[in-house]
Amino acid sequence: MAHFPKPDAGSWTEHLKIGTEPLSFEDSISPEFYELERDAIFRRTWLNVGRVEQLPKKGSFFTKELDAAGASLIVVRGSDGEVRAFHNVCRHRGNKLVWNDFPREETSGVCRQFTCKYHAWRYDLEGKLTFVQQEGEFFDLDKSDYGLIGIQTEVWEGFIFVNLDPENKTPLREYLGKFAAGIEGYPFDKLTQVHKYRAEIGSNWKLFIDAFAEFYHAPILHGGQYMAEERRKIQKYGYEALAYDVDGPHGMVSSWGGIAPPHDRKMVKPIEQALRSGLFGPWDAPDIGMAMEDLPSAVNPTRDPRWGMDSFVFFPNFMLLIWRPNWVLTYHYWPTSYNTHIFEGTCYFVPPKNAFQRLQQELAAVSFKEYGLQDGNTLEATQTMLESRAVTDFPLNDQEVLLRHLHHTTYQYVRDHQRRQTQTQPAS
Amino acid sequence: MANIFPPEFADLEPFADWAIPTERARYAKRIASTMEELDAFYNAAFPLLESGTSYLEKVEMDTISEEDKRLLWLFCALVTVAFPVEAWRQPRVPDAGASSIDAILEPAV
Repeated sequence: MAHFPKPDAGSWTEHLKIGTEPLSFEDSISPEFYELERDAIFRRTWLNVGRVEQLPKKGSFFTKELDAAGASLIVVRGSDGEVRAFHNVCRHRGNKLVWNDFPREETSGVCRQFTCKYHAWRYDLEGKLTFVQQEGEFFDLDKSDYGLIGIQTEVWEGFIFVNLDPENKTPLREYLGKFAAGIEGYPFDKLTQVHKYRAEIGSNWKLFIDAFAEFYHAPILHGGQYMAEERRKIQKYGYEALAYDVDGPHGMVSSWGGIAPPHDRKMVKPIEQALRSGLFGPWDAPDIGMAMEDLPSAVNPTRDPRWGMDSFVFFPNFMLLIWRPNWVLTYHYWPTSYNTHIFEGTCYFVPPKNAFQRLQQELAAVSFKEYGLQDGNTLEATQTMLESRAVTDFPLNDQEVLLRHLHHTTYQYVRDHQRRQTQTQPAS
Repeated sequence: MANIFPPEFADLEPFADWAIPTERARYAKRIASTMEELDAFYNAAFPLLESGTSYLEKVEMDTISEEDKRLLWLFCALVTVAFPVEAWRQPRVPDAGASSIDAILEPAV
């Protein structure tokens, strides 16, 4: 029995014209396909690498390892206050410019200039080469020719994005499309209390997005987290979203409220009852200067009073979850090979005023981690069995529409890229 | 000798080794503990969390004392062990195998 209305087409999948045939996951188990994705997607689309709060003052910087794009970046706030990104490569002999102890690990800090560890070439915060050791030994060296290689960098609502394609002509806001436009105005700048988690996952990057882009699995995989009575109830009920939507390569799901706060207090665990909090966040929403009815139009798009959270999938690898009790969760999936990736999950809360609020937030963050551990390990089990190719076609239901969209979009990007390359190759 | 915790929470002194400042270390202690140890800590701390709500609501984060910081970290550890005690009945997340999700950035207090 349907609990929430579906579009006139009869299903979200048909309404969004995505196709209902079984899906192949060949795009998630093929090393050759991954190599194509690196070029077609990770070297060509806008990627979110952080937030402006990570760069609080002039000279604040962090490095970002983008294995899938074969790049390491320095993201820095310049003397003029602008946020820029550069390839983390010294122009002299190609040493990695900024790193500490372990060249493959990310780092951050504050500095007045960047000095290469190898021969002490120095660059200012805007990337200009300012000092060359024994400059007279070089041959007609013009320092202005040897600044750091800049990368297109734009900021949307405090989120810093880069695009590694020097030929890219699409501005960030145009790329992010209608969902981003409809989220603008959400007070992200008030959510400065950060809990960030990182995990190395033994699966293709898209499979973890798949896991977080559907909640069909939640009553089953995570059933053990609930009290027995609640578990029986939600498994019988199953899961239906309030709404799904797609816009170009991006997608979103809007969901009902779950247990924040529950109608029947017997349904929640004692710690949740004591702290008035849980996976869906603290039950008492902090003031963000905006009532639920006044949230930007893309948030709770159906304006349903039962609304609990929205989950936006910004292609390729950035998910933004806006929760009813005024907090935000982001996910990033950074591929390291066709069957491994690094997952980052970051919780953003309004800074707690008192110790009780701090504990409410701790419970929300730790709950996310407990669920994530179950998801992460299940993915490794999925990856290995997909790689067996014993089964090659998989039926997806209507609540899994965003998975279809993600995999279709990925195939489309790869096909388009291959077509462009064929066209630009000289005729033989 | 100064108290480890505020006097109202003196009963927690035997569990002072759970007053750990980082989530990563709290989780490490959880998975290195037996269920008997987790139950003992939970059974002592949970009633004091329930009765201590109004106390904790009066502890301002801007001016938090050392005693209150330790109390907060201990209750953060209670949050960490609540999952095995209330749901899993084992220190590790079921079916999580060797996988880990590590806190790499968290509030200083």
